Amino acid sequence: MTKSSCRKERLVTSLIWLCVLLISAVFFWIFGEILWNGGSKLTFDFLTLAPKQAGRGGGIGPILISTLWIVGVAMAVSIPLGVGAAILLSEFKSSENIFILLIRRSLDVLAGVPSIVFGLFGNAFFCKTLGLGFSILSGGLTLACMVLPILIRSTEEGFRSVPEDYHLSAAALGLSRISTLWNLLLPAAVPGLIVGIVLGVGRAMAETAALIFTSGYVDRMPTSFLDSGRSLSIHIFDLSMNVSGGDPNAYRSAFVLMLILVLINALASFTANYFFKRRIITV
Amino acid sequence: MNITTDSAYPWSPLEKRPACCEPKSFLEIKNLSLSYKGEKAFEGVNLDLYQGCITALVGPSGCGKTSFLTALNRLTDLISGCKLSGSIKLAGEDIQASSVDILALRRRVGMIFQKPNPFPLSIRKNILFPLREHGTTDKSEANAILERVLQQVGLWDEVKDRLRAPALSLSGGQQQRLCIARALALKPEVLLMDEPCSALDPISGGIVEDLITSLRGKYTILIVTHNLAQARRIADYTGLFWVRNHVGQLIEYGTVKEIFESPKEELTRAYIQGMRG
Ligand SMILES: Nc1ncnc2c1ncn2[C@@H]1O[C@H](COP(=O)(O)OP(=O)(O)O)[C@@H](O)[C@H]1O
Ligand SMILES: [Mg+2]
Repeated sequence: MTKSSCRKERLVTSLIWLCVLLISAVFFWIFGEILWNGGSKLTFDFLTLAPKQAGRGGGIGPILISTLWIVGVAMAVSIPLGVGAAILLSEFKSSENIFILLIRRSLDVLAGVPSIVFGLFGNAFFCKTLGLGFSILSGGLTLACMVLPILIRSTEEGFRSVPEDYHLSAAALGLSRISTLWNLLLPAAVPGLIVGIVLGVGRAMAETAALIFTSGYVDRMPTSFLDSGRSLSIHIFDLSMNVSGGDPNAYRSAFVLMLILVLINALASFTANYFFKRRIITV
Repeated sequence: MNITTDSAYPWSPLEKRPACCEPKSFLEIKNLSLSYKGEKAFEGVNLDLYQGCITALVGPSGCGKTSFLTALNRLTDLISGCKLSGSIKLAGEDIQASSVDILALRRRVGMIFQKPNPFPLSIRKNILFPLREHGTTDKSEANAILERVLQQVGLWDEVKDRLRAPALSLSGGQQQRLCIARALALKPEVLLMDEPCSALDPISGGIVEDLITSLRGKYTILIVTHNLAQARRIADYTGLFWVRNHVGQLIEYGTVKEIFESPKEELTRAYIQGMRG
């Protein structure tokens, strides 16, 4: 190797390391700040008590419950829809069917729509047109629309990991389309579906804009799906922007949210690993 | 292609084949033509497959051999724009009639593909799952079939201790034999084999070839092969496919002895001698 090319290589290597360092520095700064300000003062009571004085005091009990309900509604609606759509998309080639092409395009667009637009849509459609008002149901349904593209994509990837050969060999053995789908395609799609669910839950957990106009602000313990409920990320937003002296609890809540997201991510990589290792499909 | 290497050596005279069968037509194909989106793949094929015999189809790539096989178990139904004309009779029954139960037909006419394609399931599931779908729900009966077919393809001793291992962890040759076992488990009457050895190494290919030979007399077998020497070794009847005017045709069909020793067509003679293709 010549001297100059050697130097060039060293330069590129150090540049790459610099990038790595910068990126992880940003992450650790955020994480460290939240940990420092929130994690150290976190108590178990904080997780169970109701907020007091607009959140300056008390805890986040009802908010955690509302968040759980909202995300629960979102997933309960989007998972069956998502799996159904993924089956449809993978069974038909878009080159042959204009309807499928249309669905695909819409999903691409949907995936790129900013969440505030989902919020406005949810407010207009679920809250007003369907008359659900500011409620956990409205918020959950809005989030369902938002995570649907993610869910469909990753489930479809799972279906597509089953090569075309298997369709043929299954047909040649006289297996029906339904049983091929049920016994070969669905099991193959499970890992993709799980990854999609976890990503979707993560996205739904972290969402603020789409929920402001749909599930609302009310920080009481919800008693039904038609009650308004405040999600964790909205709580953080509210505490840090609208409530003077809300910062300590904003940090604490942010720490809890962060913890949940990290846990979900860990769960995602663990399950994905587990299934990809265990699953017998090799492409 | 290894035609040239085959013909580099003078072939020994064909030994007399064991009488596998008295020639009794089992699958009668009359004037069969197939087109993809209006483009003909093959046309005017007349062929009788004799019960219990092995019939080999030879010919260059792209002359419609695979298409011909898929017409016989109506896999062609799955391909949009694929049109079939002519008649195919299985034991006297028209398989193209609308009253035919396609799933039952495909059970009677099994197919083995060029590339081994076991399902991404365990070894035993590969055989038990299609069986269950075809109504064998009794566990002990299914397990008996499992053992019998794995014995039949010579895989039992190799896999009996790891029946729950992934089928895709098997070697290529083992996978192909598993696919044959999977088809046999459904008690087919006809077996269509599309170049079953060509994706395998020579030794595994030889094992599969011996296996196919051992099925003679029990099943009516139609095998596509690129390997003329193989056709000559294992088949009772041979047909030559060729592309004429961009359309596949069956040029000549007869017993192995006729095709390899006294072909009627000049093209057959040339192909056999490895001068063309
Ligand atoms: N699914 C398909 N759609 C359109 N054309 C096809 C399809 N399968 C095969 N063909 C065409 O039909 C002809 C015969 O192909 P094939 O049956 O695979 O021949 P072989 O098996 O003898 O090589 C080829 O010209 C091929 O391009
Ligand atoms: Mg072929």
